[in-house]
Amino acid sequence: MNQGMVTAAYIIAAILFILSLAGLSKQETARRGNQAGIAGMAIAVLATIIGDGVSSYGILLVTVGIGGAIGAWLAKRVEMTQMPELVAILHSFVGLAAVLVGFASYLTPESHLVGTERTIHDVEIYLGILIGALTFTGSVVAFGKLSGRVGSKPLILPNRHALNIGIGVACLILLFVFLGTAPDAAAEHAGKGMGTFLLIIMTLLAFAFGVHMVMAIGGADMPVVISMLNSYSGWAAAATGFMLSNDLLIVVGALVGSSGAILSYIMCRAMNRKFLSVIMGGWGDAPKSGGADGAEEEQGEVISINADEVAELCKNADSVVIVPGYGMAVAHAQHPVSELTQQLRAAGINIRFAIHPVAGRMPGHMNVLLAEANVPYDLVLEMDEINEDLSDTDVVIVIGANDIVNPSAMENPNSPIAGMPVLEVWKAKTVIVSKRSMATGYAGVENPLFFRENTRMLFGDAKDSVNGVLANL
Amino acid sequence: MLIGVPTETYAGEKRVALTPETAGHIMKLGHTLCVQSGAGLSANIADELYTDAGVEVLPDAQAVYDKAELIMKVRAPAQDSAIGDEVAMLRSGTALVSFIWPAQNEDLMKALADRNVTVLAMDSVPRMSRAQKMDALSSMANIGGYRAVVEAANQFGRFFTGQITAAGKVPPAKVLVIGAGVAGLAAIGAARGMGAIVRAFDTRPEAAEQVESMGAEFLMLDFKEDEDGAGEGGYAKVMSKEFIDAEMALFREQAKEVDIIITTALIPGRPAPELITTDMVESMKPGSVIVDLAAEQGGNCKLTRANEVIKHGEVTLIGYTDLPSRMAAQSSQLYGTNLRHLLADLTPEKDGVINVNMDDEVIRGATVIKDGEITWPPPPPKLSAAPKAAPKPVAAPEVTEVKTGGIGGSLIAAAVAAVALLLVGSVAPADFMSHFTVFVLACFVGYQVVWSVTPALHTPLMSVTNAISGIIVVGALLQISSSSGLVVFLAALATLIASINIAGGFLVTQRMLKMFRK
Repeated sequence: MNQGMVTAAYIIAAILFILSLAGLSKQETARRGNQAGIAGMAIAVLATIIGDGVSSYGILLVTVGIGGAIGAWLAKRVEMTQMPELVAILHSFVGLAAVLVGFASYLTPESHLVGTERTIHDVEIYLGILIGALTFTGSVVAFGKLSGRVGSKPLILPNRHALNIGIGVACLILLFVFLGTAPDAAAEHAGKGMGTFLLIIMTLLAFAFGVHMVMAIGGADMPVVISMLNSYSGWAAAATGFMLSNDLLIVVGALVGSSGAILSYIMCRAMNRKFLSVIMGGWGDAPKSGGADGAEEEQGEVISINADEVAELCKNADSVVIVPGYGMAVAHAQHPVSELTQQLRAAGINIRFAIHPVAGRMPGHMNVLLAEANVPYDLVLEMDEINEDLSDTDVVIVIGANDIVNPSAMENPNSPIAGMPVLEVWKAKTVIVSKRSMATGYAGVENPLFFRENTRMLFGDAKDSVNGVLANL
Repeated sequence: MLIGVPTETYAGEKRVALTPETAGHIMKLGHTLCVQSGAGLSANIADELYTDAGVEVLPDAQAVYDKAELIMKVRAPAQDSAIGDEVAMLRSGTALVSFIWPAQNEDLMKALADRNVTVLAMDSVPRMSRAQKMDALSSMANIGGYRAVVEAANQFGRFFTGQITAAGKVPPAKVLVIGAGVAGLAAIGAARGMGAIVRAFDTRPEAAEQVESMGAEFLMLDFKEDEDGAGEGGYAKVMSKEFIDAEMALFREQAKEVDIIITTALIPGRPAPELITTDMVESMKPGSVIVDLAAEQGGNCKLTRANEVIKHGEVTLIGYTDLPSRMAAQSSQLYGTNLRHLLADLTPEKDGVINVNMDDEVIRGATVIKDGEITWPPPPPKLSAAPKAAPKPVAAPEVTEVKTGGIGGSLIAAAVAAVALLLVGSVAPADFMSHFTVFVLACFVGYQVVWSVTPALHTPLMSVTNAISGIIVVGALLQISSSSGLVVFLAALATLIASINIAGGFLVTQRMLKMFRK
């Protein structure tokens, strides 16, 4: 197969990848989209293998075989509640692969570039490794946080902004030193050792940066982090593409990079926060005290309710809306919730789900969990689709969600979450909040919803609570 | 604690404060129960049913009063009852839970205080959401409203529902319900259920929605000013003279039209307002019926006589005040449930120890005498049963614009980007620029494609893009045949992990997408 045919195959693969993303925009076409992606990948890999310059088929088969088997095993074994972790760890693989490919490319003895081309090539290698490295450690830390191996509280180091800037400046200086190591082909062999050393230093710095960046971000901001890392892994692939002059890698990297960036933007908008402030970690420094003052006025008496009364309320309702949050995922309550849905549907009650864009730990997390539990997707509505209907709803059941149903986001301008779009559940006739305790949500803001007159608190583990309601239906 | 339930002594009172069902719940709280023999007979509860439920049956009232530490009753204790002075039978240091009506019964309150007892009045339970489950006034009013319709139907000489039969056409009965409180709404429901055309009126505008939700027509008052009849605690209040005049004009007009009038208008602590005047009664069609649920407080119609059914011309006026008692089984069950909820709040530890916690707003409100000291009236309740007009939510600030500045700003940004591109183009080799073209175009394609993805699919989108970014394997593949061993090793490792990514990403996406179903 000559180079022209390989390029043609790459074009087909690129088109298939674009079709794949486009297919995922709707449930009806999503599966076809995934298949298009698989086909595109198969074509791309086959064309590369058959094409010129690849001869070590033995190593290739072994590595692809082992890797594929591990991947298949992971995909089969993973629980839907663990999806965010899986996605995070997969991102880290892309980052690591980019680092490895970058080093390999630098060390390849066959390259004989000179002048501007050489400089550009070196910059590409440098950037590819940099992005790959911080994607790698960032994703590993995100994986740790999501799987509970690392505390989800933001780690706020003193002078953290100065630290980040310091690392950034150091990387920039290193880049220029690195470019100076091999000014011309003659000095190439002498400079390579030094260059590799500099690359390794930079990689370590980028590793540290990735760790520090994600450590400073708390659990509930994970949807943004995950989509941001998704974006980075794309940019890393694109940088690799530039480095290897491979258009397919560039196209795919750019597709993934921009898709991740858009997702991050959507997530940030759903929290009414700026991307930078999320990445900088925590909820910023200023607003915390002001919010606490404002919220205290609203405190009052909490009215608790037990499972049989909830069952009674549901039975007598015409319409029920369930608002799931991360608590449902933690308690693995999606199956009892689905059972509840089926029973209420059988009783002729209009039951629907309201999903806030940042509910859970990754974009679309709740949808996947509900789908796993066989909740039909046309019952699962987005915030914008259902917010208007909430005032006509008899019973809203909030399961393990807090900040996304906090009325102070709309009513208290001093609240740290002021202006964040929230599900206006308090407009319903009765709101039942299933929650372990009165603890505040991630944002550390008191939730006046719990003290509303039409709110009933159903304390306890989400799964047990829902099972209790089911037993009484 | 041993809780005792004596037989009601008030003439015609058929209710009982304990049913076998509520007994089970109360015993779960750690209490023991005794009941006077025959207490439940008029509510169709034989002594054996109590015994089966684990309740001790005592032969007479004296035995119950002598033994029990807490007495549960329906009616307030009477000082001149058939079995003697019930107040005097209460032992010092015990407690009593029943209807009391402390505002109307000052002497009774004094007598009870002298006995050094603790008294919780079911009629004084504050009207709050949390206390709804023990609101006996509401549960009794509900029964009263229903029964009012049944009594009216009994006196009314026609069908409620309209029918077209072989023997001719029957028009549906027209029912006017005045006062859409709990009783009024129950009456609307019952009358609607029987097929009548129901109209309702209330001075509180928020009642309109409730009335319409029950399927009745809410009569609007032709009245300019916006007067809200909602007083404290969700009850009605006295209205202005102009309002009452407009209201009376409305009733006068309706009286000529409707067949049945059910009045439930009460203002707490005042005689019932007169709404149906004698001339209105006389203007009604022959055979019409008026049920006056306010008969005990003087009646909404002057002609009604408490506890009697009388005829004024061709119009029947029903003035029963014991409507709940006429459905003793039902009302005993509801009242008993109200009591057991109150007991549950009084026994927070479920250990059979009653704790009259005066810091608890509900218990504070219900407690009219504490250890011989009159604690009525309670401080005003903090919460109103009807929610106040919700505070207007502060308009959510506009979603933060990512692009700062208007068209000017984006023009400048575009210009800067263009200049930067030109600068890169001036130094970069042609080869780089062609790759760069591909890169920029792909970014835009990605942007366009991903925006339309439904949020529900964000997770599958992510895992699929993740798998796709495993395309980096191509880069590794291109290097795997290098002559340098180190490069081959690095490339092989990269191939391995990128393969994990590809297989894992695509397969898990497939798995997820399979679960999405309609």
